[in-house]
Amino acid sequence: MRNEINEAHEAVEDSGDSSDTKRKIVVPGEVIVEGEDYLPGEGTRREGSKIVASKFGLAEEAGRVIKLIPIFGAFVPRRNNVIIGRVTDLTYSGWLVDIDSAASAFLPIEESPRFINRNEMDQYLAIGDVISAKIWTVKGKGIDLTLKGKGLGKLEDGFIFRIIPSRVPRVIGREGSMVNMIKEKTGCQITVGQNGWIWIKGPSTDAEIKARRAVEFVADKVHINGLTDKVEAWFEENE
Amino acid sequence: MAKEHKRPDGRKFDELRKMIAKVGVVPNADGSAMFAFGDTVAIAAVYGPRQLHPQHMQDPSTGILRCNYDLLSFSVYDRKKPGPSRRSQEISKVTEWALLPAVDLSAFPNTVVDVQIYILQADAGTRTAGINAASMALAHAGIPMKDLVCSVALGKNDQQLIVDLTKEEEDYHEGEGATDFAIAKLANHDEWTLMQMDGKIQPERVKELLELANKVCAEICTVQTKALKSVVETGDEK
Repeated sequence: MRNEINEAHEAVEDSGDSSDTKRKIVVPGEVIVEGEDYLPGEGTRREGSKIVASKFGLAEEAGRVIKLIPIFGAFVPRRNNVIIGRVTDLTYSGWLVDIDSAASAFLPIEESPRFINRNEMDQYLAIGDVISAKIWTVKGKGIDLTLKGKGLGKLEDGFIFRIIPSRVPRVIGREGSMVNMIKEKTGCQITVGQNGWIWIKGPSTDAEIKARRAVEFVADKVHINGLTDKVEAWFEENE
Repeated sequence: MAKEHKRPDGRKFDELRKMIAKVGVVPNADGSAMFAFGDTVAIAAVYGPRQLHPQHMQDPSTGILRCNYDLLSFSVYDRKKPGPSRRSQEISKVTEWALLPAVDLSAFPNTVVDVQIYILQADAGTRTAGINAASMALAHAGIPMKDLVCSVALGKNDQQLIVDLTKEEEDYHEGEGATDFAIAKLANHDEWTLMQMDGKIQPERVKELLELANKVCAEICTVQTKALKSVVETGDEK
């Protein structure tokens, strides 16, 4: 299965379908709650006795901690993220990969799963090829990738498209529930990169388009609780 | 006592023109917004954080903000020659300074956030409409921010303090004439990020003016907040 790694990794970060937590949309500078009992979590800060939002997003109370789930914004690379990228250049020691983030990504030749002759690099990955890779290190100036891992490598056939990167956890769902459901219903292979690029390959073009629509449907509905049911209903409507 | 002053469009002295705010107007930008004060219409688009070129401008300790303000050629009565001018370069710079205290780019070293502001229609107060639009666009792009930035032009016609001047009021010539006083502030903090003046005003009246600014900025902030929140409700962005 291609995206086992993404899902296993994402299960922790998932902010998906927990139905009881109270969420509200906040803008930067808006006071989320007042009181000394609360702790500022990700995307929030304390100002006196108030917890204030530092980003535009959904504020959520998780016990005493207030955290903010961003709903817009660029991809911030982290170690072990599985991403989808496109090869933009070949150098003597590896490949340069566009992963849609501010820093450029480099895939060293040693990080490919099998031995590759330096003179025949383009036979393995040429400019324009799409790969799913894992972020190995994030340093000041750049990102190093690796292809060593289950489900990583060149993506052949199918197509890729882009969603807002901060919506990725939603599309994957709790322990991959959402993307697995879409896979089941459409019979497509789907790989979701943390950078918001999504690769789909299915038995027919119709199935691929349907899978894409379903993913976009999920990505558009960030703020709704109980999204899994809504997606099931959507599939019934669009049978 | 000053004789009774009337505004040409019949507004109250502390009344803003009708504000329209919309988020997500530029599909290809990472964040975008439109803001209008009456006949002054500005759009702002935010791109990034992205790699900064030329490389010597890169700052390894933080990302940088780069603003570009321009009047489109059809925005004024006499066609404006397209391209940067002395005036637009100055306004780009003060816009950048007005927004900088609100944004926190320390998480994106060596990168740039580009803000493009275009004035579609100009009827005075274009820089303030541009700042309002840009602050919404930055929030829409998911940039970490301390606060939203609200901006408005205040001023004085003869002896009467007024807010949100139109072009007609800027060209007022009777009595003490017209004063144009553009300000920007952080919405929920007592921090001024832009203060420019064109004309004359008694020093002791500036305080009065700033109190007025605080009051109307709260109104602007409400409009901005509402526009930002509505983009999530309908789920139509990108």
